[in-house]
Amino acid sequence: MADTQPLVLGFETSCDETGIGLVRGQTLLSDALATSMAEHERFGGVIPEIASRAHLEAMVPTVHRALAEAGVGFGDVDAVAVTSGPGLTGALLVGVAAAKAYALALGVPLYGVNHLAAHVAVDELEHGRLAEPSIAMLVSGGHSSLLLVPDLAQDVQPLGQTVDDAAGEAFDKVARVLGLPFPGGPPIDRAAREGDPRSIAFPRGLTGPRDAPYDFSFSGLKTAVARWVEARERAGEPVPVADVAAAFQEAVVDVLTAKAVRACREHGVDHLVVGGGVAANSRLRAVAQERCDAAGIVLRVPSPRLCTDNGAMVAALGSRLVEAGVAPSAPDLGADSSLPVTVVSQ
Amino acid sequence: MLVLALDTATPTLVVGLAATGPDGRVLAEAALASGTRHAELLTPTVTAVLAEAGVTLTDVGALVVGLGPGPYTGLRVGIVTAAALGDALGLPVHGVCSLDAVGSGARVVVTDARRKEVHWRAYDDAGAPTTEPGVGRPEDLELPDLPLVGDVRFAERLGRDVTPAEVSTAGLLRAVQPLLEAPPEPLVPLYLRRPDAVPNVVRKPVTR
Ligand SMILES: [Zn+2]
Repeated sequence: MADTQPLVLGFETSCDETGIGLVRGQTLLSDALATSMAEHERFGGVIPEIASRAHLEAMVPTVHRALAEAGVGFGDVDAVAVTSGPGLTGALLVGVAAAKAYALALGVPLYGVNHLAAHVAVDELEHGRLAEPSIAMLVSGGHSSLLLVPDLAQDVQPLGQTVDDAAGEAFDKVARVLGLPFPGGPPIDRAAREGDPRSIAFPRGLTGPRDAPYDFSFSGLKTAVARWVEARERAGEPVPVADVAAAFQEAVVDVLTAKAVRACREHGVDHLVVGGGVAANSRLRAVAQERCDAAGIVLRVPSPRLCTDNGAMVAALGSRLVEAGVAPSAPDLGADSSLPVTVVSQ
Repeated sequence: MLVLALDTATPTLVVGLAATGPDGRVLAEAALASGTRHAELLTPTVTAVLAEAGVTLTDVGALVVGLGPGPYTGLRVGIVTAAALGDALGLPVHGVCSLDAVGSGARVVVTDARRKEVHWRAYDDAGAPTTEPGVGRPEDLELPDLPLVGDVRFAERLGRDVTPAEVSTAGLLRAVQPLLEAPPEPLVPLYLRRPDAVPNVVRKPVTR
């Protein structure tokens, strides 16, 4: 890879991960991560103030780890990119302030970027240039969205999103009902391997003929699982954890993949990118692959490490913006906790 | 040596450039009623203050930043900005208690801690702190019998006059002066309160 491509330093602090990544062109150089997840575990969810405090503590050491892993120095950095939204305001602001200061001190341009578009961009580090247009499905503890991506650098269109809980949130809540640890995704994935996905028929939200075709709803499913488990407990019967996990997971995966494939078909798009923490779910990956194969769609899913929030995804999108000649952010860039997905960079 | 001073512990964003030494003085300063927009305005204000003084970041020899106490989100913006600037430029960054930079001489400084409480700290004739920074309801505090300076909106609830005063570059410079010779301590924000969060020990049923 030619050294003439710009080196971009990316900052991600929208939730509980302090992610600092370095990307040159489309090549991943380093991806340093500090997480405050352990501190949130006993609360069963991310506590914004705890996350923000941890970002501040982790910032400078994580930047140094990223530079050391990549074998580069501050003087090599050509641009800085930072998640400016959506996310937790207090958490976002630590990253935005840090990125602005590094950009100012290094005399390089700064790009405030959209977290969701960055989840799509990270796939380019592993699978090369994104086909445009692509459909992107982003599923995590904080978001569940279907996007049409005609041009990753400047044209991302929302097709649908969750109307209540994010997919990852449903995993967390069902894990709690089943007495499994937080975050709920990995333990449910593991438990489900021993269970029968057809043992219980849990509801598929928003899949009726008159429902919004690309929106998601997981709140009803979560409640249905809780009611089912509580009925068992009240009857004094043992709860078949593996079966409940498998049947719940199947309901989520069925809805997600069906809607993603439908979005591809109805928009005449033959490439699907899946990202976000829930994309690490083994059943989601398997069913998405089956259904994409059957429909003639090319499926791209980053490796699990890059599906969850990280700094490399921000650097990857920053690199795309530099290449596309998009104007850098104004000096008064701030954070926007509800930044619309249509705003790729601020 | 030129010192760049930052403070975001109060709704007033303070950025200043000062020269240290016997003829130490403030060369340029901005105090913006920025409210909750510290993150937006801090780096542009640094640029403006440096330009006003006719210098660049490479002329700066050290940074000082207020560690609070103050509202956490804004406070962190100043601290992480100072830490990042110092890191990228290879400069020492010294943290000081923001209250130390309000007023001078024997006094009790009071600032807004939100939730109807104040942050406060007392100082002797030489201006040296005689207490740790504290937080509490104005009605409950037994403050030393010294002039009160700071946020005048608390005068009524404190039952005493408060002379208006805010964080200033001169105050930050005065507070950092004794620290400049030594290697900087880690930048630990003066939060004074624990995060509001209750551990989730029992599972609440969604149905009855
Ligand atoms: Zn995310």
